[in-house]
Amino acid sequence: MSSSPSLRPPVVRIDVLRWLRENLFSGPVNTALTLLAIYLLWRFVPPVLDWLFFDATWQGSSRADCHPGGACWIFIGQRFGQFLYGFYPIEQRWRVDLAALSIIVLAAPLFFSRFPQRRRWALGYFLLTPLLVWWLLYGAGILGLATVPTDQWGGLMLTLVIASVGIAGALPLGILLALGRRSQLPAIRIVCITFIEFWRGVPLITVLFMSSVMLPLFLPEQMSIDKLVRALIAVILFEAAYLAEVVRGGLQAIPKGQYEATHALGLSYWQSMGLVILPQALRLVIPGIVNTFIALFKDTSLVIIIGLADFFTAVHRATVDPEWLGFSTEGYVFAAFVYFLFCFGMSRYSIALEKRLARSEKR
Amino acid sequence: MELMEETLTRLESHKTQEVMILMERVNKWYQDFHVLKDIDLTVMAGERIVICGPSGSGKSTLIRCINRLEAHQRGRIVVDGIELTEDVKAIDAIRREVGMVFQHFNLFPHLTVLENCTLAPIWVKKMPKKEAEALALQYLQRVRIADQAHKYPGQLSGGQQQRVAIARALCMKPKIMLFDEPTSALDPEMVKEVLDTMIGLAEDGMTMLCVTHEMGFARTVADRVIFMDKGEIVEEAEPEVFFSNPKSERTKLFLGQILNH
Repeated sequence: MSSSPSLRPPVVRIDVLRWLRENLFSGPVNTALTLLAIYLLWRFVPPVLDWLFFDATWQGSSRADCHPGGACWIFIGQRFGQFLYGFYPIEQRWRVDLAALSIIVLAAPLFFSRFPQRRRWALGYFLLTPLLVWWLLYGAGILGLATVPTDQWGGLMLTLVIASVGIAGALPLGILLALGRRSQLPAIRIVCITFIEFWRGVPLITVLFMSSVMLPLFLPEQMSIDKLVRALIAVILFEAAYLAEVVRGGLQAIPKGQYEATHALGLSYWQSMGLVILPQALRLVIPGIVNTFIALFKDTSLVIIIGLADFFTAVHRATVDPEWLGFSTEGYVFAAFVYFLFCFGMSRYSIALEKRLARSEKR
Repeated sequence: MELMEETLTRLESHKTQEVMILMERVNKWYQDFHVLKDIDLTVMAGERIVICGPSGSGKSTLIRCINRLEAHQRGRIVVDGIELTEDVKAIDAIRREVGMVFQHFNLFPHLTVLENCTLAPIWVKKMPKKEAEALALQYLQRVRIADQAHKYPGQLSGGQQQRVAIARALCMKPKIMLFDEPTSALDPEMVKEVLDTMIGLAEDGMTMLCVTHEMGFARTVADRVIFMDKGEIVEEAEPEVFFSNPKSERTKLFLGQILNH
């Protein structure tokens, strides 16, 4: 009458030779492809590694110290300050460092889920840190900090400013546009559709260009909007249109029953959206949102068109400097590496975020 | 025998003369399809109505018109003295009096069971959190699922989820409960636990409108059984009369199909 005893599953030992035989050499086509791959790796990887690391010059102070045949990382070292800070006055660079440090340090409590006041801290952090960073970077004479005008901002610092303000501004606006596009009121719906289709239809570079060339034509003589502010507004409006469509996809995926349950309980429109629908919809489209953020990060390099020198421009300008002519490869490899660092970092964070959110819904 | 008489008296005594729901010549179309045809229905306070019929007969649409999940195009619907029109305030007032339990539960998967139940009291009735949680636990205990209060819906079985859905609707202290095929999506062994919960609600005097195929439940609890077919109310009678002596041919056909598996 009792059920038969449960057996343990069979133990499969990982046999390297067997794995190779089954996965890499399992048939004529696979074997041919494996051999081709091995050949390509042998042909191309060692020279690349040699150039990048083994034959490269790491120490030195000028062109003359560079060994031929390898990358000359001295170039990067010498120009590092400009890559990072642009034309920010050297003696004020500590302000940028302090701003970066405070962003990271103040965010630390948010990563401990046991921290009791986490919600309040998050609210305070997102409201006050931007003000703190703005004060540190711009100065405006407050508390003795000299003003550093925005056309002296440049390099990685400027890229990060544009990317973070762009992300912080575009996401709420994108969510509102997505909700507006699904609205029952035709006026709101038409305005949102027009906005989205317009901003998605034009390239960011033309938007930036028009903001710098055409905007002054419409504004009175005395009034001129700071270049950086123009770039920020352009990036925010542009990316919000893309985010709106990503979020709308998420909203469409929520079953109608969820909306109906909120109606049956008597929740208002904003209560249903904020408490029930958006938490689920945004969770669904994290991959799409992070995708847009990553693209935004890289799109910041287009601000050169309005005369702002972001990280990529700083690298590019260094490569055309007569003193360092001929080292453009090193420059671009370095630039690509830094972009990769940030974009891959965002990508990894989003995967961690998804895992953490999914944990609460597993059986 | 005495116990049954006692239960029946309790069930009877909760009826009053107050009209809870009045539907007068209600018509609804989905584009060209005439889904509700001249529906006349009056529900008194404390009454339990079971609506049955073949699929596509409009029974779900009928009850969904009561809390404006669907809008009727012609006729009058009055719920607890409030006329149901396009006026948003009227709709909100009615929705606060009417609770609904859905076939597919529609629990909020990103919130715990307790949070599902306290959401509406906190945000709609502006109840303080502690009070809302005490209220929610009380109703969760009533549906016998209080020990799962900190789990997420995805961690519960269908029967448990549906009971949570019932508790969630009850937390708003509605005067009327609408049930849209509450057990149709459940495994047979879980149907009983949900029906028992609903019988318990009926015994406490709740006005209930239930769309269901569970004829045993109808016989036990219903004051009236309504049969709908092709958008109209074909027959309406007390369960004893309805099941033993149906008048319409269509009713007989339907009962024949559903009672003889």
